[in-house]
Amino acid sequence: MDSTVVNTSAENKRWGGGIEPLKASYGKMMMWFFLTSDSLTFTGFLAAYGFSRFKFADSWPIADDVFTHVPFIHGNYPMIFVAFMTFILIMSSVTMVLAVDAGHQMKKAKVSLYMFLTILGGFIFLSSQAYEWTTFIKGGYGAVGTHGGNIIQFVDASGERVALKDFAIAESSDRTQHARKDGLWFSGEKALPSFTFEEVLAGFEANPGVFVRTTYTAEDGHKTILSRSESLRELRTKGKNVVEGANLIQNEYGPPLFANYFFFITGFHGFHVSIGVMLNIIIFFNVLIGTYERRRSYEMVEKVGLYWHFVDLVWVFVFTFFYLV
Amino acid sequence: MEASAETHKLAIFRGLLKFKSNKQKIWGVLILLSIVTAIEVLLGIYKPEMFMGQVLGMKALNWIFIILTIVKAYYITWDFMHMRDETASLRRMVVWTAVFLISYIIFILLQEGGYVEYVFTNGFVKTDF
Repeated sequence: MDSTVVNTSAENKRWGGGIEPLKASYGKMMMWFFLTSDSLTFTGFLAAYGFSRFKFADSWPIADDVFTHVPFIHGNYPMIFVAFMTFILIMSSVTMVLAVDAGHQMKKAKVSLYMFLTILGGFIFLSSQAYEWTTFIKGGYGAVGTHGGNIIQFVDASGERVALKDFAIAESSDRTQHARKDGLWFSGEKALPSFTFEEVLAGFEANPGVFVRTTYTAEDGHKTILSRSESLRELRTKGKNVVEGANLIQNEYGPPLFANYFFFITGFHGFHVSIGVMLNIIIFFNVLIGTYERRRSYEMVEKVGLYWHFVDLVWVFVFTFFYLV
Repeated sequence: MEASAETHKLAIFRGLLKFKSNKQKIWGVLILLSIVTAIEVLLGIYKPEMFMGQVLGMKALNWIFIILTIVKAYYITWDFMHMRDETASLRRMVVWTAVFLISYIIFILLQEGGYVEYVFTNGFVKTDF
């Protein structure tokens, strides 16, 4: 009996609490384990994206042809805007880690300042993301979809993109968008494209300076441009409908999956950023009202900081696989 | 609590670069991450011809991008998330688990993607019409 009691008391020392074998508090450890599992979710998405890229190896769009917009500036500037977004997120990671550092030194004013800057960075990033989505959905040049689901784009003799509106011959048409209010069964339809396929074809035939750029990547890493006669045959035999911008069914850049993954992965990341901004705001106000000052520990700032850095970490990978590779 | 907060490891590059304070290390890591990102962006814009050769089934440039990304991920995790200061067991629980599972699923899915592409290209499947 005695020996049993001795054993349990020894056990109590190990398992009775008060010992932190990992030298991390429960909350911080659980944040790490959550982040591990969340990283696996993102891996699932990015690996599926990789699967589809391998599957459509030569018809996948080239990022530099798609993401070329910079706010307030016209022209072709690939990479610039997304590099800016990356820098904003890294900067907000820095202010976050400075907030954690100030928290260790129990400097309330500094923690508040750095938390505020972090939240600001989060908002700038989210606005940039909204801009990125808007331009992506709106599209730039327009394209023609084929019966097989491929995309046909148009270029001039020097290989520069040509927008549909620059050569399509618009005809007067009685076709109007069917709205819910007009329908017998209250069913509407999507916005009609600016031109019909016939108008684009007529314009293409009348403009000898326009060529077809196919969805296939050539040896030199650019999309294949067809000769004029091949272009005419391609458009006449395969062309089906006009595609402007992007939605979940079709997009003017390449395979439908390209836009789907773009929306899904950057959207899921943006959702994480929104949650992060929300958590940061809660913590920011807690700092202001002195919750952690009274608790004598700013560890909560550190835990939310871990989440915030993780969002930055995921962006580093999204940046690589959507914009660079 | 306060004691452990003071014991940040302040050296990076295996001790090659030592910082005086935690704050200085943060700015140092920011500079490092910015340089790596700038290199990525410049390579992405200019796509130098010398990196266009195929290495292990991918363009050399893509391998460079992936390696630089992992470098960035390492410094974000180790210095911004303070993984450098955690115990070895916590670090291994998080990092080894993730690295093993991530490599595994990436291998499986890319292998399968390559196979489907092969069937599309060489099998009797018509996708362009």
